[in-house]
Amino acid sequence: MIATPPEKRSLFKRQSTLDARTTDGIFYWSTLGFSALVLLLVAWLGIQLYSAASPSIHKFGLGFLTSSMWSTSDDPIHPDTYGAWPYIYGTLVSSFLALLLAVPIGLGTAIYLAELAPKWLRTPLSFMVELLAAVPSVVYGLWGRLVLIPALMPLQTWLSDHADSVPVVGRFFGGAATGQSMMAAALVLAIMILPFISAVSREVIKAVPPTQREAAFGLGATHWEAIKGPILRTARSGIIGAIILGLARALGETMAITMVIGNAPNADFSLLSPAATLSSKLAVEFAEASGGQQSALMYLALVLFGITIVVNACARLLIWNMSRQVKGSTRA
Amino acid sequence: MNPTLPAPSSAVSDRVRPLPPMSSSLMTKRRVSNNVMKGLCGLATILAIIPLFLVLYYVTIQGIKVMNPAFFTEVQRPAGDPGGGFKHAIVGTLMMVGLASCIGLPVGILGGIYLSEFGQNRFGFIVRFATDVLNGIPSIIIGVFVYSIAVLPVSRATREWNDPITFSAWAGGLALGIMMIPTVMRTTEEIVRLVPQSLREGALALGDTRWHSTLKIVLGAAKGGVITGVLLAIARIAGETAPLLFTAADSLYMNLNPSKQTASLPVRIYLSATSPDDHWNALAWGGAFVLVAMILILSLLARYATRARNV
Repeated sequence: MIATPPEKRSLFKRQSTLDARTTDGIFYWSTLGFSALVLLLVAWLGIQLYSAASPSIHKFGLGFLTSSMWSTSDDPIHPDTYGAWPYIYGTLVSSFLALLLAVPIGLGTAIYLAELAPKWLRTPLSFMVELLAAVPSVVYGLWGRLVLIPALMPLQTWLSDHADSVPVVGRFFGGAATGQSMMAAALVLAIMILPFISAVSREVIKAVPPTQREAAFGLGATHWEAIKGPILRTARSGIIGAIILGLARALGETMAITMVIGNAPNADFSLLSPAATLSSKLAVEFAEASGGQQSALMYLALVLFGITIVVNACARLLIWNMSRQVKGSTRA
Repeated sequence: MNPTLPAPSSAVSDRVRPLPPMSSSLMTKRRVSNNVMKGLCGLATILAIIPLFLVLYYVTIQGIKVMNPAFFTEVQRPAGDPGGGFKHAIVGTLMMVGLASCIGLPVGILGGIYLSEFGQNRFGFIVRFATDVLNGIPSIIIGVFVYSIAVLPVSRATREWNDPITFSAWAGGLALGIMMIPTVMRTTEEIVRLVPQSLREGALALGDTRWHSTLKIVLGAAKGGVITGVLLAIARIAGETAPLLFTAADSLYMNLNPSKQTASLPVRIYLSATSPDDHWNALAWGGAFVLVAMILILSLLARYATRARNV
């Protein structure tokens, strides 16, 4: 036995005089408490939104979702009557158009970054795509409003003048070119959700076991055939999850849209006319609202909350399911 | 050496016939489609990165134009009056990010420790799911929520009959703090889980208590990764506008009192960009330049911390 010098014996200083069982108990319960806080927060958020919206929910019921009326208390004919349809329409259509643009490009980027890019290019390119996600929403809004919209004006004017009379397509380009429009919003939104789609898809494609790829090459497949067949098929549910995650981002995106969409409650099909979304309506009107109007806005927030929760849960389940299939581990 | 394939036995070759030789036109078609699709994927990557350069280019070019000492030392002047700066907004953003960190960091880090050290059970699974839900909730809804729990009740309790609503930096910090929690919590969990089990066992075998070994040994080993998570979370909330619109609101004056309404960089950028005044628009570019520079530096620091990590 080697005698330890007394001053070196206690490796860990104990400041507390409580015994170890008590302090460990306190530690365990306090970390548990902090993590439970998240659970409470989400529940409280739902309940709080519901109770703040309840005057409107009782007054308008589900008809709120389909009505297009938005008249405040000083309106002489229909005082305090509200409906969410134009905003729900704006949210869904702008997100759908953004997906239409962002999915092919995001997926192509993901495939390039995971499979095709030379090794030395992968890290800097991935970093740039991540950077795209780090730029704040308000900066995209600023750029969209002061750079993109003026640049889009000639195209919009041309479309308004020429495409208007084409039979089917014309419906999408009716009305005058106003600059701030559904088209501008969809473009900015597509740029913003692209990094989410490509980053998550890239991870999912990377998670495909290399045996899949090797088997395809062994059968004489070209690189693209290997990607198209086994790789994308294995990664399919994860990629769908990534797309839905991007959709959830798009549905909740606020500032950039508020700055470029024009905030007019139009539910017509034209891409050239200004529109509004649930979140842009909240951003513009909430601060000055009170009484019935505020309760109606809370109802709008509750609708948005409900939509994003459902969409997010779907995405998480798909990605979780996919990673469990591929890796045999739970990576939610 | 000349490798020769063993001749297939006659029984097999009856049933398994070799594929007919591929026609050269089919081969060309496959080769062309291979190259075309690979090219399209590369093109998609270029298309994805162009907006980044365009945004950064304009923010830099337009932002540099208004970068002068006054931008950092003066508050914004009324529309139409040239000069002035974003001092009040920069200070407001720093103040609210600080307040948010006071809420988001303890909850996020300790909650993350729970998930990684004790959370392999049903409760841990539910908390993880709730964290993901919280992460997916649109930021404007967090703003509406904090307005209804921390702005409206306080206003009702304190204000005289017709006073305006009392927005405050406290409420803004709370909203940003809530937004920080999911990022910090999930990164902490993932990083702390990477710490080798032997470190924990070693500390416990030396007679250390569970709490001390977790906080000192495990968290100490995971320090770099946790710092990365914290920096990324701060970078994310520093640019958030929507949760501040109805909590801290906005101000044109310098304010250091957290119970008053306070300007922040993102909200000031939003309001200056949407005003019709050209000079305010120019100042908005300046604000965006400062904000993006802050966020880029934080992101690069976070990457550096990850690289230095050695778990």
